[in-house]
Amino acid sequence: MEGQLAHIGAGLAAIGSGAAAIGVGNVAGNFLAGALRNPSAAASQTATLFIGIAFAEALGIFSFLVALLLMFAV
Amino acid sequence: MASEAHGAETGGLVFHPMDQFIVKPLFGGDVINWYTPTNVTLWLAIAIVCVVALMVVGTRRRAIVPSRSQSVGELAYGFVYKMVEDVAGKDAIKFFPYIMTLFMFIVFANFLGMVPMAFTTTSHFAVTVVLALLVFVTVTVVGFAKNGAAFLGLFWVKSAPLPLRPVLAIIEVISYFVRPVSHSIRLAGNVMAGHAVIKVFAGFAAIAVVSPLSVVAITAMYGLEVLVSFIQAYVFTILTCVYLKDALHPSH
Amino acid sequence: MATETHDAAGHAAEAASAPGMPQLDFSNWGNQIFWLLITLVVIYFVLSRIALPRIAAVLAERQGTITNDIAAAEELKAKALEAEDAYNQALADARVEAQRIVAEAKVEIQADLDVAIAKADAEIAAKAAESEKAIAEIRAGALESVVEVANDTAAELVAALGGTADEADVSAAIDARMKG
Repeated sequence: MEGQLAHIGAGLAAIGSGAAAIGVGNVAGNFLAGALRNPSAAASQTATLFIGIAFAEALGIFSFLVALLLMFAV
Repeated sequence: MASEAHGAETGGLVFHPMDQFIVKPLFGGDVINWYTPTNVTLWLAIAIVCVVALMVVGTRRRAIVPSRSQSVGELAYGFVYKMVEDVAGKDAIKFFPYIMTLFMFIVFANFLGMVPMAFTTTSHFAVTVVLALLVFVTVTVVGFAKNGAAFLGLFWVKSAPLPLRPVLAIIEVISYFVRPVSHSIRLAGNVMAGHAVIKVFAGFAAIAVVSPLSVVAITAMYGLEVLVSFIQAYVFTILTCVYLKDALHPSH
Repeated sequence: MATETHDAAGHAAEAASAPGMPQLDFSNWGNQIFWLLITLVVIYFVLSRIALPRIAAVLAERQGTITNDIAAAEELKAKALEAEDAYNQALADARVEAQRIVAEAKVEIQADLDVAIAKADAEIAAKAAESEKAIAEIRAGALESVVEVANDTAAELVAALGGTADEADVSAAIDARMKG
């Protein structure tokens, strides 16, 4: 029983990955919108883009980690 | 595991997405001591060989007009050099060999992992945690050695209103210590998830009707994974540069 | 850890001797970390001792070569411009010289021509005078002959008509006629 509950919890935690996907899409989309308005400034901001994506993704990775721990380590 | 067993019972459809990550001794046997050469050792060694082939053998002619391999090596050099200079600042150039080591290792480990039947060293938390902890320790030591106690100003956000600062300090401290966690799990998680997904699609190929779709999906995922391999190496390196900038210039 | 999952799920299958997630099998972390550190140290030393200085040297050398080449190109360009200027100068000089020579030749020829024309004019004038003189002589000769013939003819005519003609009268009459 406990194992099944852990699996359910892992599935719930995986929703967080979807939320992180929304966050990453938000960052990338806003970057694209800004880049289309001012393409000359876009090249200098790609590093910032990746850093922003990385931070947004980090939180999704935590939910992924929680899912993994529930699946395999609890 | 339960799902795998279940799949096995329903006949044919067997998923072992995690089996590719099993560490095995290279020359037989079951015991893995700290010195045992394993498949991890093999693929780490291949990564070294690749780095040497590109960066040393490729540039051995020191040509003014570069050959193909030499220009790739110079491209990697210029790429990382510019990243360190732009993100971490001019005075971070002395850390350039260290960051270059991280970048070259991760890039080659990721790409070698894309070779079919290969073992992906960067999909293991043991590897990425060590990489991230190395960065974390380096950044912390450099920060305190260079700025002394002023490095703690990193956690005391001067631009925020005074009542908020203690709260922000706690958040900053937590986020500082979470850095190595996210840093390592991002890399391993991305690489592992990509490989596992490919394996799952490969499992679906056992059903004849679905197999063409499965092959197409594997191909698409493979392309995405090649992209992810490079981007994760880039992100790991650029985050190292960002952390290093915090250590060298902690003023917020 | 994972073994609990196995037990909880009712599977005692330890056949693979690996837990559900090989990454979380901490028994081989020491092994991986050991080999990883060796790898990183090797890569670090290869890069920092051999590869990076070499590439930096190559890039610096290339930059130097490019700078030198650009400087050399500038120099050559300046030289080419100089040469072109010299060529144009020489061309202009040659043209001036040619014009001078042409003018000189013209003057000389003109002088020669003038002399020749003058000489020819003088010769022509002399010849014309001579001819005139000859013509005048001839004319005078002719006149005298006419007078003689007229005298003779008149005397004969007079004789034929039966008269005797005085020579003096005849010649006087003829002279009068000739003037008339």
